[in-house]
Amino acid sequence: MPEPTSPSASSRPTVATAPASTTAPAVARTKTSPYPIEHFVADPDETPVRATDSVVSDVAPRSLWGEAWRSLRKQPLFLISSILILGVIFVALFPGIFTHEPPNENCLLANSDGGPTAGHPLGFTVQGCDILSRVVHGTRSSLTVGLFATLGVVLIGGLIGALAGFFGGWVDAILARVGDIFFALPLILGAIVVVQLPVFQQNRNVWTLVVILVAFGWPQIARITRAAVIEVRNADFVTAARSLGVSPLGALVKHVIPNALAPVIVIATISLGTFIVAESTLSFLGIGLPPDVMSWGNDIFSAKPSLRSNPMAIFWPGLALSITVLSFIMLGDALRDALDPKARKR
Amino acid sequence: MAWYIVRRFLQLIPVFLGATLLVYFLVFSLPGDATAAICGERGCTPAVIAGLREQYNLDQPFWIQYLLYLKGVVTFDLGTNFSGRPIATIIAEVFPTTAKLAIMALVIEAVFGIAFGLIAGLRKGKLFDSSVLVLSLIVIAVPIFVLGFLMQFLIGVKLQWTNPTVSGDATFTELLLPAVVLGLVSFAYVLRLTRTSIIENVNADYVRTATAKGLSRKRVVVVHVLRNSLIPVVTFLGADLGALMGGAIVTEGIFNVNGVGNTLYRAVLNGDGPMVVSIVTFLILIFCLANLLVDLLYAWLDPRIRYA
Amino acid sequence: MRFTRTSQMLSVAAIAVLSLSACGGGSTESSTEAGTTDAVIVVDGSEPQNPLIPTSTNEVGGGAILDLIFAGLVSYDADGKPQNEMAESIETEDAQNYTITLKEGKTFTNGDPVTASSFVDAWNYGAAAKNAQLSSYFFESIEGYDEASAEGSTVETMSGLTVVDDRTFTVKLSQPESDWPLRLGYSAFFPLPAAALEDPAAFGENPIGNGPYKFASEGAWQHNQQIELVPNEEYEGPQAAQNGGVTFKIYQNDTTAYQDLISDNLDVLKTIPTSDIKNFKNDLGERSIESPYAGNQTIAVPYYLPNWEGEAGKLRRQALSMAINRDEITEVIFNGGREPAKDFTAPVLEGYSADLPGSENLEYNPEEAKKLWADAEKISPYDESQPLTIGYNADKGDHKTWVEAVVNNIKNNLGIEVEGKPYATFKEARTEATEETLTGALRSGWQADYPSLYNFLGPIYATGAGSNDARYSNPEFDQELTDGLAASSVEEGNEAMNKAQEQLLEDLPAIPLWYQVAQGGWSNNVDNVEFGWNGVPLYYAITGK
Repeated sequence: MPEPTSPSASSRPTVATAPASTTAPAVARTKTSPYPIEHFVADPDETPVRATDSVVSDVAPRSLWGEAWRSLRKQPLFLISSILILGVIFVALFPGIFTHEPPNENCLLANSDGGPTAGHPLGFTVQGCDILSRVVHGTRSSLTVGLFATLGVVLIGGLIGALAGFFGGWVDAILARVGDIFFALPLILGAIVVVQLPVFQQNRNVWTLVVILVAFGWPQIARITRAAVIEVRNADFVTAARSLGVSPLGALVKHVIPNALAPVIVIATISLGTFIVAESTLSFLGIGLPPDVMSWGNDIFSAKPSLRSNPMAIFWPGLALSITVLSFIMLGDALRDALDPKARKR
Repeated sequence: MAWYIVRRFLQLIPVFLGATLLVYFLVFSLPGDATAAICGERGCTPAVIAGLREQYNLDQPFWIQYLLYLKGVVTFDLGTNFSGRPIATIIAEVFPTTAKLAIMALVIEAVFGIAFGLIAGLRKGKLFDSSVLVLSLIVIAVPIFVLGFLMQFLIGVKLQWTNPTVSGDATFTELLLPAVVLGLVSFAYVLRLTRTSIIENVNADYVRTATAKGLSRKRVVVVHVLRNSLIPVVTFLGADLGALMGGAIVTEGIFNVNGVGNTLYRAVLNGDGPMVVSIVTFLILIFCLANLLVDLLYAWLDPRIRYA
Repeated sequence: MRFTRTSQMLSVAAIAVLSLSACGGGSTESSTEAGTTDAVIVVDGSEPQNPLIPTSTNEVGGGAILDLIFAGLVSYDADGKPQNEMAESIETEDAQNYTITLKEGKTFTNGDPVTASSFVDAWNYGAAAKNAQLSSYFFESIEGYDEASAEGSTVETMSGLTVVDDRTFTVKLSQPESDWPLRLGYSAFFPLPAAALEDPAAFGENPIGNGPYKFASEGAWQHNQQIELVPNEEYEGPQAAQNGGVTFKIYQNDTTAYQDLISDNLDVLKTIPTSDIKNFKNDLGERSIESPYAGNQTIAVPYYLPNWEGEAGKLRRQALSMAINRDEITEVIFNGGREPAKDFTAPVLEGYSADLPGSENLEYNPEEAKKLWADAEKISPYDESQPLTIGYNADKGDHKTWVEAVVNNIKNNLGIEVEGKPYATFKEARTEATEETLTGALRSGWQADYPSLYNFLGPIYATGAGSNDARYSNPEFDQELTDGLAASSVEEGNEAMNKAQEQLLEDLPAIPLWYQVAQGGWSNNVDNVEFGWNGVPLYYAITGK
């Protein structure tokens, strides 16, 4: 998730200011007028003008992100989702606080598919492992896969898509066609090959998975970004900014991208969930995480054979996954609302 | 516009070369000896292995293998797969079924996704909106191999509304259930994309203008809000067609559909280079065409977008 | 040397003339209550991986079809006993020179007679290197095989095969092998009509056989969908069809097939998927069967791994074996659908013994396991940086669950680090095994080609054998195998084989886990479902209801 408090170079497109202030975000927030003073003008303090102008000059023109942050922190949706996400992150960082059972030891077949007992409130998996412990300890790898794979595709796919959409022409032709090639590549083919690269062969871990998912996931977000950018780049405020002398790249970064983010956020938040689940599907194909790495995907896959005899073994990791995805989707919704000045007026 | 389309078609040539080269290279670098898959647990004698290598050009270096394949493509001879069957025949067998399935899934996810998304967007924060959020959560969080299995068990076995598996004829009614399962995950994407887009556009100036003009709410919503909200949705659907065609490995497996996804999967497992490359090439052609169509649709959906 | 001799149920050296007598035509099911015999039975199958030519088929999907549309010299009954099909007699005086006489009036379904050349030409075709037939090694005992099968060889016939007349041919082996006739029921030894050799590719699509069934029509093989077989009216023999046809519906996985079975869209399923192993008795009740067959599951730990060589390696293998609670795993994971292993073969075979000296090494004994492990530590310390992995292929079969159970057993009882290692593809695992680059143990299942103890020992544990994944080499064991093959009576031969097994039980080149049990089920529409010695249903005997 983007850090909402950080000052951003982009300002609200509707208050397009002069280019001089764009490089240093801090400048845009100070009281000083951005226009260079070329003629002598009486000090505002000495003139009655001050009274009428005071409204404008007292408050800094807030950046888009600053504005978003102000609106965001008041939203209950944002508060709830943030608390949930922080909770999940906390579990991922300190699993030991939530369970004392080791997740991968003391798995006794005598407990296979057993129901809840004292000390094991969620019961046991088919291998007789404690479900609570596995779900708690699985948080870290699942969250890592989901979060970083999403971050990766958003950065790579977003960048490529934005460039392709904004510049069009041969840039678009090359980037979009490269995307087509990657998109058509069967994930399993790529995954099997990537997994056996010397770097990953000996230590297959969550990062291997992140690399695979990013390598084959970026074209989708690239296409969405490209479409959103194509839609926005023809908007009036972009034309206005360009005619005010904003460089193409500046217009892209400052005006186009912030306004094209909504669909990207939607795809990214859902993808976060599908990436965590994809890890499970990759396990299904034998190219997922090693079986002794705790993850929700691995557990869902392991519990699938006993779906009919012990549905709870699949329910709990599924529920953990759902809560995580839900919180990120809510956060995405809140963020989108906050970024949309039109919606904010209401 | 016409020139744009011609250019896009010309771009297919480098895409074809790049994709086939890349895929061939990946297949070439697959771990394990391709003859090991043919020979099975018992193995073959060295003489048989040598014979197989010669038969499938496996004894040639990578570049020669690739050029031999290209030569085959140019002369309309895709060769045979490791089972000795003509690849062209196999493609002709599996593509129609998969195309049917993918289009059905696409229609289902588009119709329901857009409809639900539209209503959810217009009633943001209301009960309906929250309900579809929960619905899409389930679809996202439960892997397809679980969801597909459950739906098959419930609808095919317990209720017996339809056969649990798809026969060789792959009729419309048989494909309905797999198409629903296949479209489910994308349904969540379409739904949320539409919803977001609607929320974004519902406050736009032109909507206010249209309302002020005295247009009926229905007309405003359908002609103005919806049409202008569809760009990300259409983009997603265009890209998804390809994914539905080639990536339906799990769904095709569950419902025993003899389709592209599984043929591709088996070919990858066996290291069957020509088979993999041929299928992927077809998939890339479909992508490129779908994407071209989507790009042309942009101009229709948003008149500000022009192609030269 | 993959196959030499087994003397099972055949005592050749002493008996001058050996003749396998037919148990007569007619159904083996004649005593059971007959259902309707005109029903078409829908059974599960998998797509044949190769054209349907007997010598180029090496997997079960194609094998099941071939066994129905062809009849060899002999076939195996439900218990694995050979019974004459095309053969009138198979005679030998020295176990090296065989004279085979065919029954009169047997034809292929295209009208061609089944002659001595039908066999000889088919076998020569299968062995010749230029045809690159996958099952070529089945002919290796025949004299002249080496010349015909050598890489690049242009020799197309084996010198050991001679056609005497239309109904008689002789076979000369390169050395005496008393169990050779036992192998003749395997599909590689089936006869072919002349048309097959003219255009093998076309024949493989629409094969013409002489068995109890034939293709329903040209193109009855709808690839990846189904293969339709109808009874061959001309066929007379022990496997005569009791139904109106068998349609193999091709499934990509057993879970799917099971759904079809319980909704009566499929009549017979030969393997209950792991996911329904706990449900099938409830779902099917009387309509299910558990029938042991000639197959087993083992884990081989290669000798070339530093932790697993020498005396310490032997002790560690024993410790591993004793740390595995086979009873519990077969009970909990397979719901009783496997039988804990007591040796390296399978109980359905003649000569099997459950209490060979050393079989206590296959019994669960965690205390002894810990002790053995500690003993091994004294000899050479275990290198913790090379933790043990148990490899399995994820693309076929469902091995993950039991491998994890075994892993947990070892971890809990020995306190060492172990983990399962899935291979994405079967070929990846096989290639590593062949090239000796395995970094851990590998699971391996063995299913008999023909019913003999030797088939479970020679090809896997003999020095240099093709499937010797562990690279085990023990001259004493090799010698005992050779002795067993040279033995002159059934009892003697099996005794020697079991003597050889004592070496294996001591060394544990592979750790036997359990014997396979066919868990199958059938729909409400059929009756008389029985499974054979190899875990395949006797399709011809199934009747409608």
